[in-house]
Amino acid sequence: MAQPLVKKDDDRDDEAEYSPFLGIEKGAVLQEARVFNDPQLDPRRCSQVITKLLYLLNQGESFTKVEATEVFFAVTKLFQSRDIGLRRMVYLMIKELSPSADEVIIVTSSLMKDMNSKTDMYRANAIRVLCRITDGTLLTQIERYLKQAIVDKNPVVASAALVSGIHLLQTNPEIVKRWSNEVQEAVQSRAALVQFHALALLHQIRQNDRLAVSKLVTSLTRGTVRSPLAQCLLIRYTSQVIRESGSTQTGDRPFYDFLEGCLRHKAEMVIFEAARAITELNGVTSRELTPAITVLQLFLSSSKPVLRFAAVRTLNKVAMTHPMAVTNCNIDMESLISDQNRSIATLAITTLLKTGNESSVDRLMKQITNFMSDIADEFKIVVVEAIRSLCLKFPLKYRSLMNFLSNILREEGGFEYKKAIVDSIVILIRDIPDAKESGLLHLCEFIEDCEFTYLSTQILHFLGIEGPKTSDPSKYIRYIYNRVHLENATVRASAVSTLAKFGALVDSLKPRIFVLLRRCLFDSDDEVRDRATLYINTLGGDGSVVETDKDVKDFLFGSLDLPLANLETSLKTYEPSEEPFDINSVPKEIKSQPLAEKKAPGKKPTGLGAPPAAPVSTVDAYEKLLSSIPEFANFGKLFKSSAPVELTEAETEYSVNAVKHIFDSNVVFQYNCTNTIPDQLLENVTVIVDSSEAEEFAEVLSKPIRSLPYDTPGQTFVAFEKPEGVPAVGKFSNMLKFIVKEVDPTTGETEDDGVEDEYQLEDLEVVAADYMLKVGVSNFRNAWESMGDDFERVDEYGLGPRESLAEAVSAVINLLGMQPCEGTEAVPNNSRSHSCLLSGVYIGNVKVLARISFGVDGPKDVAMKLAVRSEDEGVSDAIHEIVASG
Amino acid sequence: MESCPSIKNILLLDSEGKRVAVKYYSDDWPTNTAKETFEKAVFTKTQKTNARTEAEVAMFENCIIVYKFVQDLHFFVTGGEDENELILATVLQGFFDAVGLLLRGNADKKEALENLDLILLCLDEIVDGGIILETDANVIAGKVASNSLDAGASLSEQTISQALATAREHLTRSLLK
Repeated sequence: MAQPLVKKDDDRDDEAEYSPFLGIEKGAVLQEARVFNDPQLDPRRCSQVITKLLYLLNQGESFTKVEATEVFFAVTKLFQSRDIGLRRMVYLMIKELSPSADEVIIVTSSLMKDMNSKTDMYRANAIRVLCRITDGTLLTQIERYLKQAIVDKNPVVASAALVSGIHLLQTNPEIVKRWSNEVQEAVQSRAALVQFHALALLHQIRQNDRLAVSKLVTSLTRGTVRSPLAQCLLIRYTSQVIRESGSTQTGDRPFYDFLEGCLRHKAEMVIFEAARAITELNGVTSRELTPAITVLQLFLSSSKPVLRFAAVRTLNKVAMTHPMAVTNCNIDMESLISDQNRSIATLAITTLLKTGNESSVDRLMKQITNFMSDIADEFKIVVVEAIRSLCLKFPLKYRSLMNFLSNILREEGGFEYKKAIVDSIVILIRDIPDAKESGLLHLCEFIEDCEFTYLSTQILHFLGIEGPKTSDPSKYIRYIYNRVHLENATVRASAVSTLAKFGALVDSLKPRIFVLLRRCLFDSDDEVRDRATLYINTLGGDGSVVETDKDVKDFLFGSLDLPLANLETSLKTYEPSEEPFDINSVPKEIKSQPLAEKKAPGKKPTGLGAPPAAPVSTVDAYEKLLSSIPEFANFGKLFKSSAPVELTEAETEYSVNAVKHIFDSNVVFQYNCTNTIPDQLLENVTVIVDSSEAEEFAEVLSKPIRSLPYDTPGQTFVAFEKPEGVPAVGKFSNMLKFIVKEVDPTTGETEDDGVEDEYQLEDLEVVAADYMLKVGVSNFRNAWESMGDDFERVDEYGLGPRESLAEAVSAVINLLGMQPCEGTEAVPNNSRSHSCLLSGVYIGNVKVLARISFGVDGPKDVAMKLAVRSEDEGVSDAIHEIVASG
Repeated sequence: MESCPSIKNILLLDSEGKRVAVKYYSDDWPTNTAKETFEKAVFTKTQKTNARTEAEVAMFENCIIVYKFVQDLHFFVTGGEDENELILATVLQGFFDAVGLLLRGNADKKEALENLDLILLCLDEIVDGGIILETDANVIAGKVASNSLDAGASLSEQTISQALATAREHLTRSLLK
């Protein structure tokens, strides 16, 4: 239809040229754009030039500010032409250029004219363009037209206005919210897509009003929804309403019938949306699942890959929580293993691995072996992970699964893939004692020919811990010592450490290890030599068969109970001097950085500059801050600083939050204050603390802020004395006291006279958790066993009715203030019981470990069994007291 | 889950993975380099598959990508990982068929580039800022092809060649219906 552009282009005259844009140049096209200024416009030629400009932009070319402005002004001239095709290109071009506010004004009147034109196509497009480039002020001018357009009888115009409304809601919510009557009317439109767009907009307008959403869903589920897309939306909103209506343990779920009815809809996208919504229901029962699984099963044998993919992906998710419900599909799933689309095949395999039973494992493994060779690494990783969990589920089958893993370990593969395999083998060795010896040998063979330094060192480290405990440790020595000959310095160094561990644990091997270590003394690398020297000295005994000291074992095998990042910062700040570096000076608190950062933007009222202790490395910052104040110098070492506690509502005149600093026999409250009133200066700011509800505390000093100008945070401190080493608790009420002085906002001058004023703050509490440091352990079981049960205290508690198990678990963790280990703070959905591992350091540097088993008792009641081990009897009791009184 | 189905991008690439026309609606790929890297990765990943009779699907970088090929043109539609795959497939089919109609069944790279204006208008009519506008190929093609002159313009303003072109367009439109 359009004349081939080739003919018009000066650059080439060869008709057979492949691309009409070959050799196109930005400068030349910009020159060509001058035709836009011709008094006699040639619409065809202008369209072609715009196409060329759009082509350049589409290829990633960018215009400078000047170029863009020039093109924009030239394009606006084209509104004179009445050629529809050209006008369409002008609309596109304006959207692509996204003009600045002062440029928008130029086209506003033209676009507004188009918005009221008789041609529907002009109206629809002008609305979309105008809403894309407009700002709030202009929007109020055109609001009237947009409201009309929403209920326009032409569906294209109505959709254009509604979709623009969805976009504008992000930037100008208060304006768009005024349109709800019109939008409501549009929801009833007979045009399918108008209904879809109106429903999407109406829901977004009302999304924070649960009752309104619920009403909307109720009325629509009874009525008729015309387009499949709108029906999908309705399904999503319905599941949202179901989710928010809370779990109904008894009786039928509201709206379930609607979802089930959608499974019989004629559009596949609706059927799938409904099936997926049912599988994702909270606490879905198998009776509810069945119809959804049945339609998904039908999809599995569809000829359309997208349908098969969607179904198998959803079933894969269901298999994680309800494996039994999916077993019916196993036959269809098995035929998908040979699917052309590898994504589908991988999902089918992993689903089968999740739902398979013990007898089918061998058959499945045979099928997978053929399949592994022709899929990409990322899919292989998924399969490896699925096999790992299968093996943990059926420990008796470890032999064939371990063989499979070792076979694929020998094949070609990238780092991530190999790492996944090695990790899996390590986990299997750890959890299935029978698999240990064969697993270790597989790993040994792997490092004989391993190109990844990281994996070699990891395996060597693991060998050092597990190898000596096997029946015949000597057979691993050869593999390890080979590394010293064949590998790079990093691997050699870690092989030396591994050798030393064998020497320390297996007394009979010690003389031979000694010989090997001596040879390492001549290595070309410093680190390798240093390690060899160190270990020869620590092992001692001149290479004879003697028992190794406990200290040496601790040194070799004990875990470093410090966060590495803290050690690193401490080492960096250490200056070489007479005094040796003291490892005990490294703070043990784990920095909960991600949490603090997440909180920061959301909660802090605007205008509150970051408090002096920014979330980044809080501990160090606080320590530095406190040590700079001479009054606090004799308080000793800071034990713990709490996270800031807000003492005012957001956006009040004065914003205050407090940090509790715990010392051995003192507690310091740091109040971070911000003055958010521009024409006030506060002087002599203090916090008057009433500690009548905290008997064991006695105020020792208070440090005021001399002057607190607008929007510059300042800190005032109040220090208390408390009995040494005792975890005293109490409640403190706070009153901010200060002198207000008026400031002239224009000149910045301050009046001399001030008025004394007070401001009530919220209460602050010192709780038991403030005396607990969050210190994690890497291997909880080891730590638990090595702690011994001398001071173990076990007791059971009823927590009463709770919202959910997860809520109860996190409440207990917060109450104790301990670090959850091994990810046990996460409670899987719908589980009825959970165990949680916690570790921490209590005031007085006493290590504490806790093992808590939660169980749901009756409909909502949660009960727990708490076992505490620590190095001190009193502390174990104290932990129980915290729980008993909390 | 996103409450409203949304499209992250629509790509039309040639048989070497080069751009014919692309449109991004999300900020996931802020720079042109990021976009090109994504396109290259998507292209390489899907290149060997046979997506000529039925649309195919892949997961990649937390996105769902549905795609379909014809001649030397590769069509892609990308959505978030929680998106309903069948909705994406409907959008893809709408785009694919509309381009087929607009290029009068001659869907290949040469024809597409020669009618790039139509392709760009077509993209504009399918999705607006990530929200699905229309998925029916006939409606989309109909909107794009209504390229005639404004009814108010008089014939005297047209040159001979323009008149010829108009006539040709009218013919095309009647063919499309």
